[in-house]
Amino acid sequence: MANVFPKWVNTVPIKVIVAIVMIKTAVVLGVTYYCTPKYTRVGYAPTQPVAFSHALHSGQLEIDCRYCHTYVDRSAHSNVPTTEVCMSCHSMVRKDDPQLAIVRDSYESGEPVPWVRIHKVPDYVYFNHAVHVNRGISCVECHGRIDEMEVVHHAKPLSMGFCLECHRNPEEYIRPVEEVYNLGWERPTDAASKAEFEGFVHDWKVNPPQSCSGCHR
Amino acid sequence: MASSPNDSPLSPTQAAILSKVEPAELVEQPLVANDRDFNWVTNKICRIVETKTPTWWWVCMAMALLTASFTGMGLAYLVSTGVGVWGLANPINWGWAIVNFVFWIGIGHAGTLISAVLCLLKQGWRTSINRAAEAMTIFAVICAGIFPLFHVGRIWFAWWLFPLPNANAIWPQFRSPLEWDVFAVSTYGTVSVLFWYMGMIPDLGVLRDRAVQRLKLGAYEGSSWLTKRMDIFRKYFYAIFAMGWRNAGNHWRNYEMAYLVLAGLSTPLVLSVHTIVSFDFAVAQLPGWHTTIFPPYFVAGAIFSGFGMVLTLMLPLRAVYGLHDLITQRHIDNMCKICLGTGSIVGYAYIMEFFIAWYGANPYESFAFINRGFGQYSWAYYMMFACNVFTPQLFWFKAVRRNAALVWVMSIFINVGMWFERFVITVTSLANDFLPSSWGYYSPTIVDVFTFFGTFGVFSVLFLMFVRFLPLMPIGEVKYVMPQADPHCHSSHQKGEQH
Repeated sequence: MANVFPKWVNTVPIKVIVAIVMIKTAVVLGVTYYCTPKYTRVGYAPTQPVAFSHALHSGQLEIDCRYCHTYVDRSAHSNVPTTEVCMSCHSMVRKDDPQLAIVRDSYESGEPVPWVRIHKVPDYVYFNHAVHVNRGISCVECHGRIDEMEVVHHAKPLSMGFCLECHRNPEEYIRPVEEVYNLGWERPTDAASKAEFEGFVHDWKVNPPQSCSGCHR
Repeated sequence: MASSPNDSPLSPTQAAILSKVEPAELVEQPLVANDRDFNWVTNKICRIVETKTPTWWWVCMAMALLTASFTGMGLAYLVSTGVGVWGLANPINWGWAIVNFVFWIGIGHAGTLISAVLCLLKQGWRTSINRAAEAMTIFAVICAGIFPLFHVGRIWFAWWLFPLPNANAIWPQFRSPLEWDVFAVSTYGTVSVLFWYMGMIPDLGVLRDRAVQRLKLGAYEGSSWLTKRMDIFRKYFYAIFAMGWRNAGNHWRNYEMAYLVLAGLSTPLVLSVHTIVSFDFAVAQLPGWHTTIFPPYFVAGAIFSGFGMVLTLMLPLRAVYGLHDLITQRHIDNMCKICLGTGSIVGYAYIMEFFIAWYGANPYESFAFINRGFGQYSWAYYMMFACNVFTPQLFWFKAVRRNAALVWVMSIFINVGMWFERFVITVTSLANDFLPSSWGYYSPTIVDVFTFFGTFGVFSVLFLMFVRFLPLMPIGEVKYVMPQADPHCHSSHQKGEQH
């Protein structure tokens, strides 16, 4: 019986297998890098209607986070400040600065400044700011060094894996409550501190949920 | 068999008694009837795929495609709208989808039993039905897989069923029997495909060689332009899938070894797959589900329904292709007897469930079974009982087994009954659980109905494609069980000769 296929066909199956393995590896690596929140969300820095600098207000002037985000330690939601909060200073400081024209217009008309929201978890995620900041989880853990940002960008992936990393090992992220709003606080690494942090988790009854319904209520 | 007194160890008294009694000779029916030769077998099986496509095939295919489109439409509507288009609502969140899944997955079991268990038990009669039964298994697994896959609702997250690393940093719940199901069914599907395909390689080689031979002879005058082109297509198609099969001795040696290894691998699957499917129910705490009888009862039911389906498929095929010499009355008898055996086990399990409900003295369990027999779904229970317990008992009678049309009708009853069994188990227990305040009544929606009946179309499309393009029976193995294959047979097939 004559051969149906020429001799070179003998190596085709192995080549096909090698090609499939290579393509699959490339797809897996590509998806892992380009399709996860570490890539898709980190770095998002939309242009805001007003060029508000956190580096100036929070960093240089050392205004406490809670001066503007007033309900962060009292509410599940951390509010974006109203124009009135801005005007509490800017009715006196730089009150004629052209950069603040939008803020003044807003104050007069009553229409809020259309700030662009950057950090947003999906609707099916229940996140409570107050329980985190009141139990020693600093703003910096999820938002990064806001006090060094001229323009705020999305610094952490805020993926479910990111949340669970801390929920599974809270002692590695917890800090003294008085240091929560000190974004530049350096975490000591000695054994005594480690024991102290574990003590916080125990004493404050920090029991971060890992069940589905903990966050997906 | 009667022997003369001279060459038997019988005493004269015994011989005298024997000659008086005249015991009937036990005739073993040959597995290939009418003294056919090897060449006839090859031609018979190969010509099914080589001759012009019969008209009935086109008619059936058109009908099957139309029916299959119901599933397509039902699923498209479900994906675009949400899983609420099925009649699922508290407390019955497992409706037809799970019923249909268990129904289809159960049907597959006959294929694995025939190809693996009967192979290891050296049951020669498996050869002419095993290929089609394996194909049935694979297509049934495909139909079964549709339901849990779409039952997850957001089909694009179905990959979460598999333990893959992900940005959510979570794994599937390995303690859930539903997760075991994923592995059980995917293993089952994979091994079944391997077994089916590997067994087919020698026959694909035969089909390839026959196409090459015809092209070499080139006798295409008078036939339509398509005939030659089809042979060219066949040559390459079968050559690719025959993977260089040359019918050589070492090929056959490796083939037999691989076949045995796969048979060994598949044998535990016959038991494990439906055992794990039964765990979906048995591991739950619900009365009517939480019973240890479930695994054996499910496996018996699966084989029962599977052989029902094999009969449903093989009897029409035997009739249209005139395969009466290959699928003989002996084959049908054996399949009917397996239905009788497994059907009786299932009937025993039904009765035993009631006994245990009474004997266990658990009021919830007792209620669950009284509710099955006399509650809001009792009509389904009677349907199930009539089809599954009474129908197979008719197979005690030779006259019934010899009436192919009647056997076929009864095989349909078995299929219907086994579907109702899954309905009864799934729905009655969920509808009336511990808390009367949460009781409900489940009715399927039109989308449920369309999606389910469409899967018969999906199955038929696949099976018709199989019948048309792939060898229906393992040619080599059919020859192996023929009298001519016995080297001591010589020209005579007469039994009782001393060699």
